[in-house]
Amino acid sequence: MSQRRIIDSQEYLRRLRDAAEAIGRRVSFMEVCGTHTVNAFRCGLHSLMPSNVRLLSGPGCPVCVTSQGDIDMMIELARRGDVTICTYGDMLRVTGSGGNLEEARGQGAEVRVVYSSLEAVRLAAAEPDRKVVFTGVGFETTTPPTAAAVLEAEARNLKNFSVLVSHKRIMPAMRALLDSGQVRVDGFLCPGHVSAIIGYAAFAPVVRRYDLPCVIAGFEDLQIAAGLARLAEMVRDRRPTLENLYPQAVTRWGNRRAQNLIRRVFRSADATWRGLGAIPGSGLSLRGRFARFDAQQVFGLSAPNSPEPPGCRCGEVITGRVEPSECKLFGTACTPVRPMGPCMVSSEGTCQAWFKYHRPQGSLPAVTGVEVRA
Amino acid sequence: MSSQSLQSAAVARLDALRHIVLAHGGGGQLTDELIGRMVLPRLGNDVLNDLLDASCVDLATSRAALTIDGYVVQPLTFPGGDIGRLAISGTVNDLAVSGAEPVAIALGLILAEGLDRKVLEKVLDSIAATAREAGVRVVTGDTKVVGRGQADGMYITTAGVGAVPAGRRLHMDQIRPGDAVLISGPIADHGLTVMLARQMPDVQSVLRSDVAPLNGMIRRMLDRTGGVVFMRDPTRGGLASVAADIAQRTGLHVLLDEPRIPIRPETRHAAEMLGLDPLEVANEGKVLVVVRPDAAEAALAALREDPLGREAMIIGRIEDVRDGLCELQTVIGGRRILQKPYGEQLPRIC
Amino acid sequence: MCLAVPAQVKDCEGTEAVVDLHGNRVRVSTLLVPDVREGDWVLIHAGFAIQQLDAQTLEETFAVMEDLRKHAEGGTP
Repeated sequence: MSQRRIIDSQEYLRRLRDAAEAIGRRVSFMEVCGTHTVNAFRCGLHSLMPSNVRLLSGPGCPVCVTSQGDIDMMIELARRGDVTICTYGDMLRVTGSGGNLEEARGQGAEVRVVYSSLEAVRLAAAEPDRKVVFTGVGFETTTPPTAAAVLEAEARNLKNFSVLVSHKRIMPAMRALLDSGQVRVDGFLCPGHVSAIIGYAAFAPVVRRYDLPCVIAGFEDLQIAAGLARLAEMVRDRRPTLENLYPQAVTRWGNRRAQNLIRRVFRSADATWRGLGAIPGSGLSLRGRFARFDAQQVFGLSAPNSPEPPGCRCGEVITGRVEPSECKLFGTACTPVRPMGPCMVSSEGTCQAWFKYHRPQGSLPAVTGVEVRA
Repeated sequence: MSSQSLQSAAVARLDALRHIVLAHGGGGQLTDELIGRMVLPRLGNDVLNDLLDASCVDLATSRAALTIDGYVVQPLTFPGGDIGRLAISGTVNDLAVSGAEPVAIALGLILAEGLDRKVLEKVLDSIAATAREAGVRVVTGDTKVVGRGQADGMYITTAGVGAVPAGRRLHMDQIRPGDAVLISGPIADHGLTVMLARQMPDVQSVLRSDVAPLNGMIRRMLDRTGGVVFMRDPTRGGLASVAADIAQRTGLHVLLDEPRIPIRPETRHAAEMLGLDPLEVANEGKVLVVVRPDAAEAALAALREDPLGREAMIIGRIEDVRDGLCELQTVIGGRRILQKPYGEQLPRIC
Repeated sequence: MCLAVPAQVKDCEGTEAVVDLHGNRVRVSTLLVPDVREGDWVLIHAGFAIQQLDAQTLEETFAVMEDLRKHAEGGTP
């Protein structure tokens, strides 16, 4: 790693500390995106935070917020025996009300991990006798690849390809979170790659309506540190604004073509977020023209209503109301090896990140500075 | 028919077979032909050639080290190596990191019916070449053939025996606060190479497995300094797994310095692309060394003299804190816990 | 929620491109960034190029890019 990077990050950490000291009271910043959650831990940022600054995790882990019902539908499809499920690796171990895709595979189901949605389309095209279902999970970064896959399937006139749609939109969830009045945050660290698609202007309403600073940041240690420093400074100066610290990838209006692709293939729909409940307009469903690629319609599925395990506080965790260690199940009944709730299942889940990287209570050493190594 | 023409007919029969068949494992003539025509020409030596039920070897010391491992890697061949090279290197390395001088290997092959003979030949060539490189001999073996579709084509088990010099005892219980932690070179190459070959065969990469026998390099280091107290090769679970294990089992605190941990750029990029943590990815040609602080520089120099250890680094130390935790000091000066990974790594997009 | 890495376009073929970084060559879809040309830098996610990147400031943004310079100078970090 370069010296420049270390110097720059030390500078931002210093600015964060100075601003936090000037603010005095406790402040909380919410990072919306699961990748920010994990990376903030992995680069050791949590151990460097000023004592009055808290970093909360928001509902930005698409795996975590995929409803149990949706997962149960995936597993039901997998268990049919005549369907091949193509999924991103992230979903393999996510448990529904009974089992997960990996276990189903162990019991003989055809489940394949793919890197690209187009792999699923190519499989369906190559083997017309095989029914292929692709699980479309993720936020706006991942939705355009699914849209492209559906269009490709249409172009090839495939009869054996469909998508189980679980895509979500981040903005309705953020608004619902803020409107609920249950979350007290002083600013948002906004997801860099979702913003690459939707543009940073999408977050302007949050600043305008709720008077909260929003910083778009990338995912590396330096960038997250910079994002937090700027948020703290804006709170100190009482100047909540929208700032884009990731101009290399994020423009004001984002990737229009990708947005158009989403609009062409999907329309907004109500969706159930695990831990948050139903949020209007926060999900996506395939437009009528693509009904034959909608796995729910093709296979006549409906999402069952599955209750959360008793004692599970994931809903409060992903809305930043509670830290993982405050949940009684955390680290005892609920661990990465035997997860109960979605926050522990997903490699981006707050609880898993906390469990993996966080020091046991009270034992974090104070880290005040770092020598720049020769 | 004369026995000579029976012989030629048998040879012709074997040569004509492009694939392994069940009879190759039956213990009869086809087995003899497989051993005689494919195995012995490549691996043969005065001990193996006798094809006795058990082979005897002489050990220089009275203390023997014994190890065994099964190899089930998919795909069978990958950039930088194959299951054969892996099978010899892995077992040689287990002996070497225990402070033993590897001497002899017992080789068990389980082949699937339908396996392409050329694949088997290539693997046997690799076994032979790697054994020569390591200075060990395959002295006994066994071959079985199972039905089509089983054994993923081929499984290999190798057991190895080595000689431990009198007075040498490398063990975790020797580790003390102040000891230095070294790694012999860049991490994560093997696991990422195999993962890419399996998950994304369309990706062309310069990534290569680091699979290699390390006994020569380790011998030089142990000859150079008596300060080495413990070694382990970070295979499944990666560097994180070994470091966390040391912390847990000794009850001490292991502190690693992230900027000093070597990793190739293409490896880091591939890890980021697949959403994997390089610290948790397998290595098959690396050794982690715990050494007394005053011997660290000598150990490092010895490693760096070997082509397999040119990029060795001192990456951390054992601290006098009894919490059984392994911590990573990150590039920006923060700290985080390193734990053993929870299961097989999966590629992620989120 | 989105792991994406930078890579440089080496070869464009219809709606696909071969992109490269540090010798890892991947074929990705360019449906989302149809105007890219050889030599451009893109962000890749789940087998797609999702956005074009500003080449000038890449090194500041991605640690993996710093390696590019060091790699050129010889040796691993």
